[in-house]
Amino acid sequence: MESQLPAEFVVDVDYEKCRRCKRCVMNCSFSALEFKDKVTPNHRQCVACHRCATFCPESAITIHENPLAYRYGYNWTPEIRKNILKQAESGGIILTGMGNPKPYPIYWDHMLIDACQVTNPSIDPLREPMELRTYLGAKPECLEFNSDASLKTELAPQVKIDIPVVFAAMSYGAISLNAHKALAMAAKRMGTLMNTGEGGLHEDIAGYSDNIIVQVASGRFGVTSKYLNNSAIVEIKIGQGAKPGIGGHLPGEKVGEDISKTRMIPAGTDALSPAPHHDIYSIEDLSQLIYAIKEATDYRKPVSVKIAAVHNVAAIASGIVRAGADIVVIDGFRGGTGAAPMIIRDHVGIPVELALAAVDDRLRQEGIRNRASILVGGSIRQSADVVKAIALGADACIIGTASLIAMGCRVCQKCYTGNCAWGIATQKPELVRRLNPEVASDRLCNLLSAWGHEIQEVLGSLGINAIESLRGSRERLRGVGLGQEALDILGIKHAGIGQ
Amino acid sequence: MRIDAKGMHYRPLNKIIREAAASGEKEFELDNIGGQRYIGTGLNDSIKITINGTPGNDLGAFMNGPKIIVNANAQDGIANTMNAGEIVIHGSVGDIIGYGMRGGKLYIKGDAGYRVGIHMKEYKKQVPVIIAGGTAGDFFGEYMAGGIMILLGMNGKAPLVGDYVGTGMHGGVIYIRGKVDPYHIGKEVSCLELGEEDMKLIGAYLKEYCELFGFDFNEVMGGKFTKLVPLSLRPYGSMYVY
Repeated sequence: MESQLPAEFVVDVDYEKCRRCKRCVMNCSFSALEFKDKVTPNHRQCVACHRCATFCPESAITIHENPLAYRYGYNWTPEIRKNILKQAESGGIILTGMGNPKPYPIYWDHMLIDACQVTNPSIDPLREPMELRTYLGAKPECLEFNSDASLKTELAPQVKIDIPVVFAAMSYGAISLNAHKALAMAAKRMGTLMNTGEGGLHEDIAGYSDNIIVQVASGRFGVTSKYLNNSAIVEIKIGQGAKPGIGGHLPGEKVGEDISKTRMIPAGTDALSPAPHHDIYSIEDLSQLIYAIKEATDYRKPVSVKIAAVHNVAAIASGIVRAGADIVVIDGFRGGTGAAPMIIRDHVGIPVELALAAVDDRLRQEGIRNRASILVGGSIRQSADVVKAIALGADACIIGTASLIAMGCRVCQKCYTGNCAWGIATQKPELVRRLNPEVASDRLCNLLSAWGHEIQEVLGSLGINAIESLRGSRERLRGVGLGQEALDILGIKHAGIGQ
Repeated sequence: MRIDAKGMHYRPLNKIIREAAASGEKEFELDNIGGQRYIGTGLNDSIKITINGTPGNDLGAFMNGPKIIVNANAQDGIANTMNAGEIVIHGSVGDIIGYGMRGGKLYIKGDAGYRVGIHMKEYKKQVPVIIAGGTAGDFFGEYMAGGIMILLGMNGKAPLVGDYVGTGMHGGVIYIRGKVDPYHIGKEVSCLELGEEDMKLIGAYLKEYCELFGFDFNEVMGGKFTKLVPLSLRPYGSMYVY
């Protein structure tokens, strides 16, 4: 069927400036540029990944949204019309990548942080120590000591992170080995963690075990006793914010020989994780898997359970903690993905800000907040979001999309095609080569260092010198432009209200 | 090492086995087992564990090498994500057997419950094998990505296997001794006759199996088998539009 879909973008080449070096043509992995006497764009193929424009030595390329006008319709937006055309031509579920782009309210942007003035002095983080260290794992109800003052209480395993920001789960398969290497190297250097996602662990990064969270998802890809033990934390993936209620999806285009080997599935097949873990249909079943992992790791690793933020998240999180998890990860509905049906990504789940507040409240009310650390993500965009999340009650944040952007991602949402021009969300060797793990790792470290300094600035202005002192301190947040119900759920006062 | 596990919680029991195996103990005999979970779970050593009594769920989960013999029935989640080794059950088993199994053998004398061999895998020479002598429930081999499953129906019960056999299957092979009505079979699966290669393949495993449980090899091989393989390596490839 001939496609009636118009091009999304228009590529403009300034032929006055172009010196026909063909660098853009060589860099385009979506076949949007050809050389026919001159650089000739095929606008329909362009995804606005900026690879050509970034590498053009003459800055001769610009990319615009296709200005093709549609008759105005508040209801029938151009996007909706284009999706209908696409489905009328294919009969398929629309697949997409990255996080929810829809203009739902972003609660982070409706919360403001307190600061000290006159009566309660601020601290200068440039001169005074500021503690960002966090320990992830279950904390005891109380501490008991022997007569010689040594600790009598047996502590659950704890994992130290030097900055309360952890790289989110992104599988080898969804992203390239070079991207995995960069994340592992950066995690080690910055004293934090990367997460293998559900695609197993490539032997090239097995040496980073102290900085790796290994994931066990419903497809059980790459899961062995060695894998479980080659980690700082083992995570059971129940859900993902971008696609609550459905399993992982790695399109066959990205399942080459090496992915086939680590996942033990046929090359070229879609790596589909079943929607539920088939051994988990209840909290009791979840507990069974948590303790299977604890047995297999001799109770040396904290076990984390990751869920998507959904309506009943507080009760579910309570069940997870009671099932024996040491860490609960809550992934909000704006979280990223390598591939998900658009209908799920754009319409399912709830914002992580509300989910976090609800979970923290519930666990406190039930007196079990100490029994698990809370990690939140989906989407943490900047250090301010981290500060606000910790003030709402999180122990630390996870960042996926932000870490990809640091490595070069332009959020073009085409991860599922396997054509990532930046060598990140691809398995094609000629594209993977484009991502230098050392350089990408430096960029990740720079991002985390910058965020670390920014968080310290805010702590100083709050007059506190440790991230621990901010945790769950919602009195230091105020809402702006929020209704009473949202304020109640977030557990914060409106701006303008003092103590 | 012989352990009387009467009234013992799984945690100390498995700790004893783990520590003894680490210090070189090769043979374990566990008496009065009654529902203790996770026996053999995560063990990498080449040891042999004989279980007298009915072990609990997740027997041999993530197991990588040991041989386990159960002289009774066993429960759910046996060989969950098992990588290598051998489990022999002189009885019937519960649900979710061999979930995500990556290698090794699981031989069951009697029946198996629902959801056997979901998302089993294989890579080159590492091919897991499950054989059950009786019948099995629904979702047999669902999402199967590799491995070999053989269902024998030796006890004459009907139906041989439940509904949705091989739904979403995209790798591996299932052999069922007897006729399977098409309405039991998932729509991603095709039914084939067995060739010489197939008989040779299953013959090798069934010889070992029959010797273990005292079945007559010729009688087992004399049955008419149905072979189920995926229609496509990418069953849902056309469901999505990019």
